[in-house]
Amino acid sequence: MQNGSKMIKNKILSILKQIPDPEIPAINIVELGVVRKIICNENITQVSITPTYIACPAIDLIGKLIKEKLVKFGYKNINIKMVYYPTWTTDWISEETKLKLKNYGISPPNLINSKNKKIICPKCNSNNTSLKSFFSSTPCKSLHKCNDCIEPFEYFKCI
Amino acid sequence: MNNELFIFCLRLADNCLILAHRQSELCSKSPFLEEDIAQTNFGLDLLGQAEAIYNFAAEIEGNINTPDDLVYKRNERSFYNFILSEQPNTDFAFVVIRQYFMSVYLKIIYTTLSNIKDSELSGISLKALKELDYQINHFELWIKRLGLGTKESKEKIQNAINELWIFTGELFERDNLDLNMEKNGYLLNSNLFYKKWINYINDIFNKSNLNIPKDAYMITGSKNGIHSEYMGFILTEMQFLQRTFPDAKW
Repeated sequence: MQNGSKMIKNKILSILKQIPDPEIPAINIVELGVVRKIICNENITQVSITPTYIACPAIDLIGKLIKEKLVKFGYKNINIKMVYYPTWTTDWISEETKLKLKNYGISPPNLINSKNKKIICPKCNSNNTSLKSFFSSTPCKSLHKCNDCIEPFEYFKCI
Repeated sequence: MNNELFIFCLRLADNCLILAHRQSELCSKSPFLEEDIAQTNFGLDLLGQAEAIYNFAAEIEGNINTPDDLVYKRNERSFYNFILSEQPNTDFAFVVIRQYFMSVYLKIIYTTLSNIKDSELSGISLKALKELDYQINHFELWIKRLGLGTKESKEKIQNAINELWIFTGELFERDNLDLNMEKNGYLLNSNLFYKKWINYINDIFNKSNLNIPKDAYMITGSKNGIHSEYMGFILTEMQFLQRTFPDAKW
């Protein structure tokens, strides 16, 4: 039974990995760390999600996308639960996912306690960059400029 | 305890909501583009905090009201935000000072809440704290720039401090409900709270060559739902649709 439920959880997880983040479609919601917990039994399929930022406008949409996807795969009584603890952090994003962010044109977050505070231009890899605005198109990003290739780019703020 | 926790949460969430509304009014009206994005981001953060706390409060109340009911169906006398939160965006200096006073207040309150055992409320608080630091840093920069800037900018920011100071006494008032919340570890006692708050204010005002007004008369009342004339106008605009078309949905 234990193994069976683990298998079901892994199956759901692999389905959820097909859902891209609505604001950064290059990565999926599982990689982003938004999916926190899956409970699945005969009666209910419950997916706990956590917002990246407290006011993340995409979080409701993510809940809907999860429901839609799971219904498509035949799951019933799907319940989306919002959790705030433990608080989401950019440190949960793996190196592999950071590379995807970079290839997508977003400079990936540094580790919070890392001494390396340099922000790298995702286009030319230069670390000769400057902050233009601490706030940008979404709450999770800031706006920067590369002093070498002169391109503007966004950085995923580390929180 | 539950009913008290419910009102305590409403007070906190109402502050976030009304501050968020004031910030949202700056959308497309800030001095320049980057500032516009910053102000609306803060508004969004505050709205997110309000939503999370209203959700939590609605559950404590036993889901009698939805968070939307709490926002759209209460009258002015049932809102408990500080009179400071509802003060208008008279000029940019007023925005900076109001938001700074309130974000320091929120930081102290969330820091206490982040240590209590209720994992949901402490989770919300921890999350809010991360974003609040951005606001505090941002407004400190503005206080410095305006205080140490030109004669006119200094006059304007000092004027905003003088005008808004009379609303700050309320931040440290304690009624019976607050005292019970203190006992349960949800709130710092008034003296300690004030000390922490005034340390922030003194520190940045000293660096910015600005002064705290002396012996000001303090206006209070929000814990009993008494507000300034501005509150009615905010609710009129915010609740218009739900009042005109009850339970309208997207």
